[in-house]
Amino acid sequence: MDSAVGRSFINLNKGFAMAETKNGRIIKVAGPVVVAEGMIGARMYDVVRVGKENLIGEIVELNGDRASIQVYEDTVGIGPGEDVVNTGAPLSVELGPGLISSIYDGIQRPLDQLVAAQGNTIHRGSAIPGLQRKTKWHFVPSVQNGSRVKPGDILGTVQESTLVKHRIMVPVGVEGTIDGLRESDYTVTDPIAAINGTSGKTELTLMQKWPVRRPRPNQSRMNPNQVLVTGQRVIDAFFPIARGGTACVPGPFGTGKTVVQHQLAKWVDADIVVYVGCGERGNEMTDVLMEFPELIDPHSGEPLMKRVVLIANTSDMPVAAREASVYTGITIAEYFRDMGYSVALMADSTSRWAEAMREISTRLEEMPAEEGYPAYLGARIASFYERAGRVMCSGTPQREGALSVIGAVSPPGGDLSDSVVQATLHVVKVFWSLQGRLAQQRHFPAIDWLTSYSFYKQYLADAFKDKHAGKEFAEMMQQAMSLLEQESQLVEIVRLVGAESISAQDRMTLETAKSIREDFLHQNAFHKVDTFTPLEKQYAMIRLILHFHQQGLDAIDKGVDTAELFKLSVREDIARAKYIENDKVDQITAIEARVDEQIKGLLAVQDKSAA
Amino acid sequence: MLKEYRTVCEISGPLMMVEGVEGAKYGHIVDIELPDGTTRHGQILQVEQDKVLVQVFEGTESINVSGTTVRFLGKPMELAVSRDILGRVFSGTGVPKDGGPAILPKMKLNINGNPINPYARDYPNEFIQTGISTIDGLNPLVRGQKLPIFSGAGLPHDEITAQLARQATVRGKGEAFAVVFAAMGITFEAAQFFINDLTNTGAIERAALFINLANDPAIERIATPRVALTAAEYLAFEEDMHVLVILNDMTNYCEALREISAARKEVPGRRGYPGYLYTDLATIYERAGRIKGQKGSITMVPVLTMPEDDKTHPVPDLTGYITEGQIILSRPLHRKAISPPVDVLPSLSRLKDKGIGPDKTREDHAALYNQLYTAYARGKEAQELATILGEAALSAEDQKYMKFANAFESRYISQGYYENRDVLATLDLGWELLSMFDDVELKRIDKKLIEKYMPAFRK
Repeated sequence: MDSAVGRSFINLNKGFAMAETKNGRIIKVAGPVVVAEGMIGARMYDVVRVGKENLIGEIVELNGDRASIQVYEDTVGIGPGEDVVNTGAPLSVELGPGLISSIYDGIQRPLDQLVAAQGNTIHRGSAIPGLQRKTKWHFVPSVQNGSRVKPGDILGTVQESTLVKHRIMVPVGVEGTIDGLRESDYTVTDPIAAINGTSGKTELTLMQKWPVRRPRPNQSRMNPNQVLVTGQRVIDAFFPIARGGTACVPGPFGTGKTVVQHQLAKWVDADIVVYVGCGERGNEMTDVLMEFPELIDPHSGEPLMKRVVLIANTSDMPVAAREASVYTGITIAEYFRDMGYSVALMADSTSRWAEAMREISTRLEEMPAEEGYPAYLGARIASFYERAGRVMCSGTPQREGALSVIGAVSPPGGDLSDSVVQATLHVVKVFWSLQGRLAQQRHFPAIDWLTSYSFYKQYLADAFKDKHAGKEFAEMMQQAMSLLEQESQLVEIVRLVGAESISAQDRMTLETAKSIREDFLHQNAFHKVDTFTPLEKQYAMIRLILHFHQQGLDAIDKGVDTAELFKLSVREDIARAKYIENDKVDQITAIEARVDEQIKGLLAVQDKSAA
Repeated sequence: MLKEYRTVCEISGPLMMVEGVEGAKYGHIVDIELPDGTTRHGQILQVEQDKVLVQVFEGTESINVSGTTVRFLGKPMELAVSRDILGRVFSGTGVPKDGGPAILPKMKLNINGNPINPYARDYPNEFIQTGISTIDGLNPLVRGQKLPIFSGAGLPHDEITAQLARQATVRGKGEAFAVVFAAMGITFEAAQFFINDLTNTGAIERAALFINLANDPAIERIATPRVALTAAEYLAFEEDMHVLVILNDMTNYCEALREISAARKEVPGRRGYPGYLYTDLATIYERAGRIKGQKGSITMVPVLTMPEDDKTHPVPDLTGYITEGQIILSRPLHRKAISPPVDVLPSLSRLKDKGIGPDKTREDHAALYNQLYTAYARGKEAQELATILGEAALSAEDQKYMKFANAFESRYISQGYYENRDVLATLDLGWELLSMFDDVELKRIDKKLIEKYMPAFRK
């Protein structure tokens, strides 16, 4: 380890007395858990190196000089008597230029470089650092030498990708006068400046480290006040998530959790996206890896990969690293938030994370709570989601950052009473409920409009440039929702007594609700245009559907037969409105005139026959 | 140097504790010699100080504490592989069972394998023609995919897997192809049916079979899929072959795992299965796939029987979360003598869109399966309605959809186990069935495609 980093890292841990630590000896191996004795001075969550193969592990239980260690790599071939070396530091990630476009495993080992070093399968005992040591980054300082700086202050920037300006910040715990800053090319370990403080001189590098289980500090937390636009109609219009908000997507297999997560990662209006594939399918991660570099970000016109960090710990990779992967992901996300960015983190799936916790807990022989999960499951889930939020970042210049977290949950059998779902619903503010029934009808995204909810609806109106339109949109969505509610009741009646026995107005309600479902809520993630819908287009689409509804009701009052009304060719135009290019929204608005025209035509026929 | 111990101190269920052991390593294997001279095999599950917990693959019957010798082999379980494993039958732990000679190993591989680096994976996108319309037409299988068959007691999954092994091929390519079959706790008859089928068609020459029958030791089943996959990995990534792996039946595997877990007095998860069942299954299923720059591939078809046809049972449930879709068999269709009785609506191939299209099958494939799917779903509803209200009470439109659903079942789904339908014939059959609707009703198909393909089927 480079000395400068080591020093700033020790600095980071100021406040902890660095106790004398001794190497221990393994006495027990049971799957991913190893017990060692003679671990004098070891602290909880210290990282240790286990056995002859130097496997990476973390202390999760201490009892006298005995430490239980969860090992991040396969433990086959490890046995009692082998050494355990304490590194004296908690599990940390390297933060600095080079994160963007990377793909890491659960403990920040770069998977692309692992292929180069080890071949196609993952072997044990690798020590490739998270950030490339050789790459030189062009650093441009933004403060004067000799000025006083404190933690979080931005010292300068590195253009990391065409989309991301990486702001280099003073690490936590370092304060004083800065010296030696100059514009030049540096590797992440080259000293870029020194800070002279009361406790001595600290050399700075482009890289800093941070323990993954500790939230990064900020100046103050603030309430979310803005929606995060995702381009997914059912989400934006009905159940929006806020910048700095939290959401969860539970659903049985085959309901499209992963597609929803991928769609959000692709289209969400955030500066940085961190995607954590936690214990999921290998082929799905490959899909992300192959597809993201080819996709173009609608907000910037650049390849999506240039603002994405991927963490992939697939289900066949070691279980303890899966447990760590969500923490690795959220620490990287927090780091970008500290720069003043809006960051979105997707975790797919938090159930696998919880299961990893359960597996470790079982091996530690802890007393289980529900379904074998440890009693601290709820607390861990809550403190994970609580790391999301909108904050005033530490340091100068004053800036605001936001971290939104969206977690997928995979409850067994789709049962929402599952412990992980329930613990998650306790903390998150948005609930997108995926239903197997909808997926079977091929209604995607299979988000159930009757059971899902969002606490951020009130901010939706402000997301529009045109304030009046925003207010109108919110009102229209309210009306749309109430039509869907009415539909759910009417459907019961129709099933019992048949469609002929309900009033024409009710039939219109059913037809409009169907139109809202099929022409608005249903969205094809694989269609070139339909995959992303900007808010203005969503507004035009719902306005068109409700316009037809209103004109239809008026016509019914004047005696027009509903069958005639539902046969109008303009309804085909309404159904196809979603495929109209996003920059040609006026074409959707133009359909409204056609609605008026065709209904007028019906009324004219009506009048003629009456006369 | 192998260390021998005669210090067995505790035996319970399939587990055995040996004490006073030096240098034992987690996950390594042991040979166990009984007083009567017979040998068994085991694997180390836990080492604590000098105490070693061993799971005995062949069961602990007649092992005693005083006269048993345990030999620690100091290595994980390995399989000797070479191209000669093709055409051979092995036990569930990889010992030749057909009376033939031992395999002259080209290499010895750890049966646990290593996880494939996601960065090294290549995305599965090559269409496999199975000759079964419900798979090729509606839920296409691609090379490197893992697509399980969710079956139930008394349903013909053996016939379907045999049909897959017989017919699966990549169109227009004469590439080296192999079948690896792992039987876990299935009956002699089921295994023999499969072997006979392969023998009759000559396919046995390119197959390796790992057989653990219902009366073979249950604990041995824990090694069987891993042994089989090790053989498959060798064939795929060392011998450049395209390998189809059939694992039959995963429910029995999970039960063996549960037995070990219960014997270890672990805290059970749902229905007594261990909490790590997901992880364990994943380390098996995820061994399917393709690797960048490698010619070979592993495509996996695990079979599992759902107790009481319950899809939410832990075994199908966790499997569904790992695999890329599922083919579900339907009891009502089977009763109607429709074979293979694939329940089209809940079946799904997640990778279907990657394997089809103009260069792979035909341009109309995606639109066609969407339309067939929608029409059949509608028809099924009408069928159900008809059983309640009577056929006469249905609207004309519902009657038409019901007629379609019936025709779809008897012609498209039903084809028997020996018809090998070309995918283009499957697609044409789809058009033919849809020709009972007017063009405007086919909303899921682009007008241009209708104009191009439909006229041939309109009378």
